[in-house]
Amino acid sequence: MCWLYCSFIYGNRTEDKIVLMNLLLLIGAPLLTAVAVLLSRNKQQVKWISLAGSAVQLGLAFMLLFAFRQERAAGNNAQMLFEQNYKLFESLNINFHFGVDGISVAMILLTSFVVIAGVLVSWNVEKMTKEFYFLLLLLGLGAYGFFISLDLFILFFFLEISVIPKYLLIGIWGSGKKEYSANKLALMLMGGSALILVGMLGLYFTSGYSFDIMTLSKTNIPAATQNLLFPLLFIGFGVFTALFPLHTWVPDGHSSAPTAGSMFLAGISMKLGGYGCLRVATYLLPEGAKEYANIIIVLSAIAILYGAFATMMQKDLKYINAYSSVSHVGFSLLGIGMLTQTAITGALMQMVSHGVMTALFFAVIGMVYDRTHTRMVANMGGLMKVMPFIATVFFIVGLCSLGLPGFSGFVAEMTVFMGSWQNDDAFHRIATIAAAMSIVVTAVYILRATGKVMMGPIETEEHLKLGDAKWNEKLAAIILVAGIVAIGIAPGWLNDLLKPAAEEIMNRIAGK
Amino acid sequence: MKSELVLTGIIFLLLFIKIGKGMKNESLLSLIQLLLLLNFIFSFFLNKEGNLFGDMFYTTPLIAFQKSILNLGVYLISLLCSDWLKKTQHLPEFFLLMLSALLGMFLMISSGNLLIFYLSLELATIPVAAMANFDLEKKRSSEGAMKMILSSAFSSGILLFGISLIYGSTGSISLPAISQLLNGSPLQILAFVFVFTAFAFKLSIVPFHLWTADVYEGSPIAVTSFLSVISKGAVAFIFITVLYKVFTPMLEIWYWMLVILAIATMVIGNLFALRQQNIKRFLAFSSIAQVGFILVGISNADYLGIASVVYFILIYVFSNLAAFGVAAVIAEKTGKENIDDYKGLYKTNPFLTWVMALALFSLAGIPPTAGFFGKLFLLTAGGARADYWFILVAALNMIISLYYYLRVVRAMFMDKNENPVEPVKTSPVVKMALIICGGAIVLVGLLSWIFEYIKTLQY
Repeated sequence: MCWLYCSFIYGNRTEDKIVLMNLLLLIGAPLLTAVAVLLSRNKQQVKWISLAGSAVQLGLAFMLLFAFRQERAAGNNAQMLFEQNYKLFESLNINFHFGVDGISVAMILLTSFVVIAGVLVSWNVEKMTKEFYFLLLLLGLGAYGFFISLDLFILFFFLEISVIPKYLLIGIWGSGKKEYSANKLALMLMGGSALILVGMLGLYFTSGYSFDIMTLSKTNIPAATQNLLFPLLFIGFGVFTALFPLHTWVPDGHSSAPTAGSMFLAGISMKLGGYGCLRVATYLLPEGAKEYANIIIVLSAIAILYGAFATMMQKDLKYINAYSSVSHVGFSLLGIGMLTQTAITGALMQMVSHGVMTALFFAVIGMVYDRTHTRMVANMGGLMKVMPFIATVFFIVGLCSLGLPGFSGFVAEMTVFMGSWQNDDAFHRIATIAAAMSIVVTAVYILRATGKVMMGPIETEEHLKLGDAKWNEKLAAIILVAGIVAIGIAPGWLNDLLKPAAEEIMNRIAGK
Repeated sequence: MKSELVLTGIIFLLLFIKIGKGMKNESLLSLIQLLLLLNFIFSFFLNKEGNLFGDMFYTTPLIAFQKSILNLGVYLISLLCSDWLKKTQHLPEFFLLMLSALLGMFLMISSGNLLIFYLSLELATIPVAAMANFDLEKKRSSEGAMKMILSSAFSSGILLFGISLIYGSTGSISLPAISQLLNGSPLQILAFVFVFTAFAFKLSIVPFHLWTADVYEGSPIAVTSFLSVISKGAVAFIFITVLYKVFTPMLEIWYWMLVILAIATMVIGNLFALRQQNIKRFLAFSSIAQVGFILVGISNADYLGIASVVYFILIYVFSNLAAFGVAAVIAEKTGKENIDDYKGLYKTNPFLTWVMALALFSLAGIPPTAGFFGKLFLLTAGGARADYWFILVAALNMIISLYYYLRVVRAMFMDKNENPVEPVKTSPVVKMALIICGGAIVLVGLLSWIFEYIKTLQY
């Protein structure tokens, strides 16, 4: 603790100019909030401390955004900004190396939105409230740490921190077959981590004992080694991103989790994998990426189509959203596989957009479930009459999911398609067309589910007595809708963040 | 030699107390705990370098640190098992036996001569077999002790045969001299295999592990913790020294032996742990799997191997003792040793549940607990020879082990139970020890200077 404090005051920075933003705050704030939650004495304190903490995190994320834009506008074109490097295990060359570029900033903003919405939506959790909020804040801490780490060991550390909170959240506060889903999720994610670990150690030894991402990105790794390590790393991170066929933990995991858990899992956890696929696997091993790009494209196209068709068969709202997440995240992996700058930018946009959108969708499904106590589409109908606010948000998120212009889904998916079309050979174009066809399928299941649940006749007498959204649910929904609309109507700011970073990655891929 | 002399002093003090007018258990236990604490603290300030008896006994900073770890473990055991210890009828004898075994382990780690090594190994084993029988009225205890003494005697016989063959083929029993005299002849390889087998038996490496589960289950939990943590730790330390400094010319041979045995140990240990219902057998098989991991670290034939193994054993002391400590408290107060009885423990005993959960997460290797760093450094050490498939198998075994550790976590947090364990009042001493272990599990990993310090110790 003293060491952290001293670092604020004196710093151990690699550049000499005034740092507008100290990235350690992004780890300190959630950690302090979590500790404060542990020490609080009653449920009210727990909730308000968590809300205050997540509001602080949201503020820090915006501060980071503005500081970042200011730095870029001032002409600072270093790849990573606000870098800080502290030695941890010197003999093994493991350091606390932090830094952000546009991608990280966007992801951190996404995380802060989802965390505060999650805290708000869970306001009425009665069972073991303190532990619930503690675990939720730990998840946020893991995500923030992951996105700012530039050292593979620390990245892995933050990735793994979230396994047990996810397990406990699903297993204790979940619904349905929660123990089974929690087990499946924990074991499959651990399997992914095992593959990442081996890949990471491979990088460490072949590059002369360095875990540092920036150093590794400048190292020349022989192509044979790259072809060996790339599948390990990509599949390892791919498990987190529901890479077909390792996506089987998603439907059960997301559906059995409590609402805030599903929001976090689908909104952020899947993006950890995508970020890792891009930053670690593709950026550090470009030859391997080019070698396996076609397989990635095939697998993601299958995920997109299979996810969409499987969603059509689902009768449970949460399963609909879970399979739909598999499908939408496939777009990100498709963009990464296409290996053009626009496609990668689109993939990143899709990660941000889908994160906010799916968090909102799970939030609104949770609100409906809290009231009707059923998730089956067949048992619900005409709820628009009794809960107009929730219904409106439901329509908004459904339309965003199927890519209506004006919302973020359209922007992201269009960018991915445009980038994919730039590859002018038959294979890539067919894959692009196949992916585009999934939009029709998406429209089918979204409109069907939304129409049945929200419009039409009311199914049961009790549903007439249900109330609309309370203040916390309204606030959460408004925050997330603001995110969707901000990206959908004025995507320029997001593009400005992501494009230079994607350009750096493309330079590495093309330059070899 | 000073740490051995301190221990001998404590042993004689206990003897005199026993022979003299004797003390009541509570006060005797407090005295012993104080003495062990002083012993632990004192062990940091002793001579760090030196030889005695013409190189038969030597000390280096690393050896001194290893002895400190063992001292710490014994002190924690005396704290954690106070409930059982207060009730046992032969308290001075118990500690006489335990400290004699510890003395044997110290001499074993410091031995510079094959005969001293053998002598101290026997000193380290025989008292433990007597300790295993300490639950005098239970038949299981006697069965465990019998199995242990018979298997130990057999493996000691094999060890002695190996030692005599080494002497026969090299003409020396001094450990530093032997490494110069080895020439890889078939006789020496045979001798090496015999010596290796004896180590494998003591470390419970598959397929020499069959005594472990029964002995661990039969013994009282204090003895089980001693066996699984202190005994294994000490043997691991001397094992590395013997492999790295004595049998260095045979590196290619023992590297592949370690790889194969490590994979077998991890896999079999994990598979058997999946099926266990008794918490002591469960922890026995889990410690077999952990030894498999230690072998992964040892397979790095260089400095990182030693540092990572010593670091891991330090962390393993805390994690395993925390797990055994919680099991000891529950077994002593309620007599329940089955994992099914642990269901719903969180509702009645949240403190014990959190400590057990932390210990299990550390054993599984989940951040931010120290076990994560320990396991990761072992894998980093093992990967240094670029046999990535080996590391992959080890990493995949972490998944299986996570599954069975999560089974216990799930039972405690999520499952419902009609008659859960009633709220147990832990005595302040036990609570303090559990807090020390729990705190160490959370902090030791992040305090990087501990690992850096270990890396600088000369061996």
